[in-house]
Amino acid sequence: MMRKSKDKIAYLLLSPALLVMLISGVIPMSMILYYSVHDSFYGNNFIWVGMSWFQQVLSSAEFYGAFFRSIGFSALIISIEIPLGIYIALRLPQKGFLSNLYIVLISLPLLIPSIVVGHIWKFLTLPEIGLISTSLEYLGVNYDMNDPIIVWITLALMDSWHWTSLVVLLCFAGLKNIPDAYYQAAIVDGASGWSVFKNIQLPKLKLVLLIAVLLRFIDSFIIYTEAYVLTRGGPGVSTTFLSHELVQTATIQFDLGEGGAMSVIYSLVVLCVSWVFFSLIVRKNNEQ
Amino acid sequence: MSSNKKIFVAPIIYVLFILIPIYWLLIMSFKTNAEIGGSLTLYPHQPTLDNYLVIFSDKSWYMGYVNAIINVLINVSLSLIVAIPAAYSFSRYSFFGDRGLFFGFLTFRMMAPAILLIPMVQIFSSLELIDTHIAVALTHCFFNVPIAIWILEGFISSVPKEIDEMSKIDGYSFIKYFYKILIPQISPGIAVTAFFCFLFSWVEILLSNALTVVNAKPIGAIMSRVSSIFVANISILSAAGILTLIPGVIFVIFVRKHLARGFSMGRVG
Repeated sequence: MMRKSKDKIAYLLLSPALLVMLISGVIPMSMILYYSVHDSFYGNNFIWVGMSWFQQVLSSAEFYGAFFRSIGFSALIISIEIPLGIYIALRLPQKGFLSNLYIVLISLPLLIPSIVVGHIWKFLTLPEIGLISTSLEYLGVNYDMNDPIIVWITLALMDSWHWTSLVVLLCFAGLKNIPDAYYQAAIVDGASGWSVFKNIQLPKLKLVLLIAVLLRFIDSFIIYTEAYVLTRGGPGVSTTFLSHELVQTATIQFDLGEGGAMSVIYSLVVLCVSWVFFSLIVRKNNEQ
Repeated sequence: MSSNKKIFVAPIIYVLFILIPIYWLLIMSFKTNAEIGGSLTLYPHQPTLDNYLVIFSDKSWYMGYVNAIINVLINVSLSLIVAIPAAYSFSRYSFFGDRGLFFGFLTFRMMAPAILLIPMVQIFSSLELIDTHIAVALTHCFFNVPIAIWILEGFISSVPKEIDEMSKIDGYSFIKYFYKILIPQISPGIAVTAFFCFLFSWVEILLSNALTVVNAKPIGAIMSRVSSIFVANISILSAAGILTLIPGVIFVIFVRKHLARGFSMGRVG
């Protein structure tokens, strides 16, 4: 670790970033906290109501439904994308033209706006004219977007298509940092591919994997646009996630208090998970 | 690494999995709606440029791209300008609350745009900045500034501290050191950070849609409006979708060599 000096200039250098974050982060979050403990009339008269919005949210079946669907979705896509991402990264060439070509091609889905991702997958699954739906029908699979299981599989497939590349690129970067000497030592010892992976590659990948799981958890937990374009939250409420519930409450019903309380609960969950991961990342970082 | 010489099948299959949906979008953008609605065709039988012509000749369409690019450029510049000194500060100095502040920044990267929707709209309406590029650019800072600080801190930490001290002995002022020495040293880091900021801002739609009406409305928001009105207009939406890919592809080709290091948050080893 680098020896760091103490100087008041540190605060001066931080001040532009702090100012920007004050406007785009701290003030909006404070407003949400304020809404969550007040009742509003036409958005301008505020009355202190204490914890009653929280009680309302925490006793609402819709909230729990959306909450557990979001958690379930995050768990599902992490369990697909992390192993798949590691596997692909291990199989990529490390150097040369082919390596660069792969990197550019693999990055493609990450560069597509979420609304376009939603449209691509909607078009792929349209009955009669979509590539996926017609191919599966041809193979005798009854591909029906009114079936919640089919819709969940499609959503998981879409998310894996969109985001596995992030895991691949993170792991690829992690693998690049392993010195050649490690592999040479393994060859001398006659280590098998699996034992190279378990004893050399996986331990070195721990840091990037923590970052990968954290980023994938956060971004899938807040999924909004792609899922909305593809499913509109249906069939029924089977794919209505926390963000959809939140936008519905805050903008369509214009329930600032209830929306605020939901936002606070949601932020606390994300904060706790991030804190755990962040401590692990810092510890791992200091070890390396 | 000995296994480097082999060519594996898995990445090829994965790349095909990625490319097929993009290919599908591409061919639909060259089809007519009649062909799309007719039967499944694997390439356009009567290729047409009409969808692209519509976009390039209709101001309400092509201004969407102009706006999206302006929004992103302002956001990327702003994020870099504030994040470089902040990252330097975190890298070189220890001060009261440094670790807490670093985590504090990162927590904003974790916040959902859906949470901040209502307050953002209220803040920018009271500032009378609704439907301006600066509103969108400033809003996107809440997730981009933290990530920029994180990546740049890694890159700056890999510049030896001796260089700071030597430049001081050579009589460089702090500002001159910044421009003449530090920035050239971390230029790959700056390019990669710009790429990440571009990426996250370019794909965000919920906030950029809510904060704009016409003058600063980005292409994604225009697409969402069109898709809700003309359900059947698949071909033109496909062309619009393909066009959103181009800036990102150009950018990624430029930074491809430094991308791997950017993904390990600027850290080597």
